[in-house]
Amino acid sequence: MAPNDSAQTTEGRDFAAGRRKAARYIVPVAVAGVAAATIGLVPALADSGDPDLPKISAQQLIEKIAASDTQQLSGTVKINTDLGIPSLGGMAGSLMPKGETGGDGSSADPQAKLMELASGTHTLRVAADGPDKQRVSILGNAAEYSLIHNAGEVWAYDSASNEAFHAEAPADAKDSGKREKLPEGVPTTPKELAEEALKAADDTTSVTVDGTAQVAGRDAYQLLIKPKQSGSTIGSIRVAVDAENGVPLKFTLTPSSGGKAAIDAGFTKVDFAKPSADTFRFSPPKGAKVTEADELKAHEKDFKKGFDKDFKGHDDLKDFEGLNVIGNGWTTVAEISSPGGEAGFKAPEKGDVPPEAAEFMDALGDKVSGEFGSGTVFKTRLVNALMTDDGKVYVGAVTEEALVQAANAAK
Amino acid sequence: MSRAEPAVRPPKEGPRARRPLWTLGLFRSELTTTFRRWRTLALLAVLAAVPVLIGIAVKIETSGGSPSGGGGREGGGAGPAFLTQITNNGLFLVFAALAATLPVFLPMAVGVVAGDAVAGEANAGTLRYLLVAPAGRTRLLLAKYASTLVFCLVATLVVAVSALVTGALLFPLGEVTTISGTRIGFGDGLLRAVLIAAVVAASLAGLAAIGLFVSTLTNSGIAAMAATVGLLITVQILDTIPQLDAIHPYLFPHYWLSFADLLREPVYWDEVLDNLGLQTLYAAVFGSAAWARFTTKDITA
Repeated sequence: MAPNDSAQTTEGRDFAAGRRKAARYIVPVAVAGVAAATIGLVPALADSGDPDLPKISAQQLIEKIAASDTQQLSGTVKINTDLGIPSLGGMAGSLMPKGETGGDGSSADPQAKLMELASGTHTLRVAADGPDKQRVSILGNAAEYSLIHNAGEVWAYDSASNEAFHAEAPADAKDSGKREKLPEGVPTTPKELAEEALKAADDTTSVTVDGTAQVAGRDAYQLLIKPKQSGSTIGSIRVAVDAENGVPLKFTLTPSSGGKAAIDAGFTKVDFAKPSADTFRFSPPKGAKVTEADELKAHEKDFKKGFDKDFKGHDDLKDFEGLNVIGNGWTTVAEISSPGGEAGFKAPEKGDVPPEAAEFMDALGDKVSGEFGSGTVFKTRLVNALMTDDGKVYVGAVTEEALVQAANAAK
Repeated sequence: MSRAEPAVRPPKEGPRARRPLWTLGLFRSELTTTFRRWRTLALLAVLAAVPVLIGIAVKIETSGGSPSGGGGREGGGAGPAFLTQITNNGLFLVFAALAATLPVFLPMAVGVVAGDAVAGEANAGTLRYLLVAPAGRTRLLLAKYASTLVFCLVATLVVAVSALVTGALLFPLGEVTTISGTRIGFGDGLLRAVLIAAVVAASLAGLAAIGLFVSTLTNSGIAAMAATVGLLITVQILDTIPQLDAIHPYLFPHYWLSFADLLREPVYWDEVLDNLGLQTLYAAVFGSAAWARFTTKDITA
C-alpha cells in the first residue's frame, strides 16, 4: 500500500503545482485583457454622452455659422479621404493641370502638395489669427509641410526636401491670400468644407439639424444635408457645428452606396485662444532652396510655350468646346465633347491598341450601352464618368444609371 | 566568461541585512556581465559606426558643391528622414542616425541581448548556479530586464553621441530649424536631441520584454535571439501591409518613428504618448508572461 499511497500524493502534489503554474499565466492574460477592454470600451464610453443642448432649427444653425466671427483658433485636424481611387500621392503630378505645376517646380509648391490630401489619412495643424495670419501644416512621416500666410507674405516649407516657396499675396486680396493659394475644391478647414457644402443648398436639398455630438471635447450641433434628388452618389453630408461659437468642427461626407465616409475631416483638438505670434513667423532656414512664385510663373510660361509648340498638331484641343452642363443640383452632369471627335477623347478601339492595353482599359471601367450607343463607365465612390465610344465624356457625382440617362437625354 | 561569474555574483552583504541592495547587487552584476561580453561591445561598436558612415557619405556627396536639397524632386523624400538637413546643421545627424538605426540595428542589438538574457545562461549551464543564491527568480528576472533596459539606453546613447561628435566634426552647428520651419537655439535643439534619445530608448522597452519572454521559453540562446529578431522582422513587415490597417496601431514598432514629432513646433505629443503607452503595455504583458514562465519553469541547466 505504501508505495501506492506515495504515488498518489505525488500525483496530487503535481496537480496542485500544475494549477499554481497555470494560475501565474493568468497575470499576462489579465493584463492583455484589461488593455484590450480599455482600448475597446473607453472610446465607446466617451462617445455615448451626446451633449444635451437646447433645440435649434436648421435655419438658426446656418445663421450661427454665418455669424460666427471666430478669428482666432488653433488645433489639430484629421482628414480621412476614401474616394475609391488608388493613392493619389504619386499621381498628383499627372492629375494636375500641367501648366500650373510646371514641369519640375519646387516640391514646396502648395498646389502640388495639397493634391495629396485627396486620398488617405492626414493630420493637419491649423492656426489662424485674424484675416492676415494663417497657418496650415500637414504632418507627414518625420516631415512636415507648412503653409504660412503672414500679413501679405505666403511661405510654404517642405521639411522633407528642405525646400521653401515664397509668394507675395496681392495687396488687395490680403484677407483671402491664403485661400487663393489653395486649389479650388480642396478646402482644408472644416469651415471651408462646410461653406462649400452649404453653397449647394437650394430646393434640391434637405437641411436638418440631426442631434448633437462631442467633437474635440466641445459640444456641437449636427447639421445634416441630404440630396432630395435620387441618382446622386452623395448620400449625406454631416457638419458638426460648435454650439457656442458656430465654428464648424467636423465634416463628414457619406456616399449613397453606404460604407465608410468618403471624406471625414474634423478637429481632434481645438483651442479658440490667440495662437502665439511665433506660429506665423517664418524665414527660410539656412540651406533651404527657395522658389519664388514669380520664378515659377516665368518657368511656367517657358513650359507653356514648349507645350504649345509640341502640341501644335493637336488643333482639336484648340476648339475644344469645354463643358456642357446637364441637369441641376445634385445630379448635375458635365458633358465634355470634342467636336473633332475622332482624335479627341475617342475611346480606343480594340483594333488599334495592343490587346493588353485594351484589357487594362476594360478592367478599369465597365462596358455599358444605351440609346446613346455604347461606352465605358469609370467609377469611384463619389464621381463617375462615362466615356462613350463616339468621344464624349459625361462626368458627375451621380450613379451609373443617371449618367446613362444623361447621355441618352443628350443624344 | 559567465562560467566564472557565479563566484562573483553572491553579494558581500547578508540577504537579511539589506534587502534593496540585494537586488541592486544582483542588478549590478548582471550589468557587468552584459557589458563585459565581447558580443555586446561589438554590437555597440557597429552602432557607433553607423552615424560615422552616414556623416562621411553625406559629406562626400555634398562636397562637390551641390546644394543640400540634392536630386531635386525625386531626392526630396527618399532615404532616411532628416538627411537633407545634415549639411546645414550637424545636430541633424543625431536625428538621421537614430531614424536610420531604429528600424533595424538598434532592435536587433536589443533582441540579441534580451534573447540571450535567460536562455544564454541556461545554455552555458550557469542558470542553476544563479538560482542557488537566495535572490529568487522574480528578482533575477527583474535584474535581467533592468539590465536589458539599460542596454537599450546605452545603445541609443552610443548612436546619438557618435552622431553628435561626427556631426560636430564634419558639419557646422548652430540654430536648429524644426520640421515646422521655425527655429530654435542650439541649446534647445540639444535638449530635444536628449529627449529624442530617451524616447527612442523607451521605444525598445516592448521589444526587450518580448525578447526576455522568448528567452525564458528555450534553453538555447541562439534560438531565443533568432526568434526575437525574426519576430521583430515579421511584425515590421505586417506593419507595412496596408490591408492590415486595423491592427497597425497595436504593433509595437508602429509608432517608433514618431520620435520625429518632438522636432515639431509646437511639439506634437499624440503619437509619442501612444508609443510610450504601447511600449508600457507590451512590457507589462510580456514581462508578466516571462515571469509566469520563469518562476514555474523546471530549471535543468
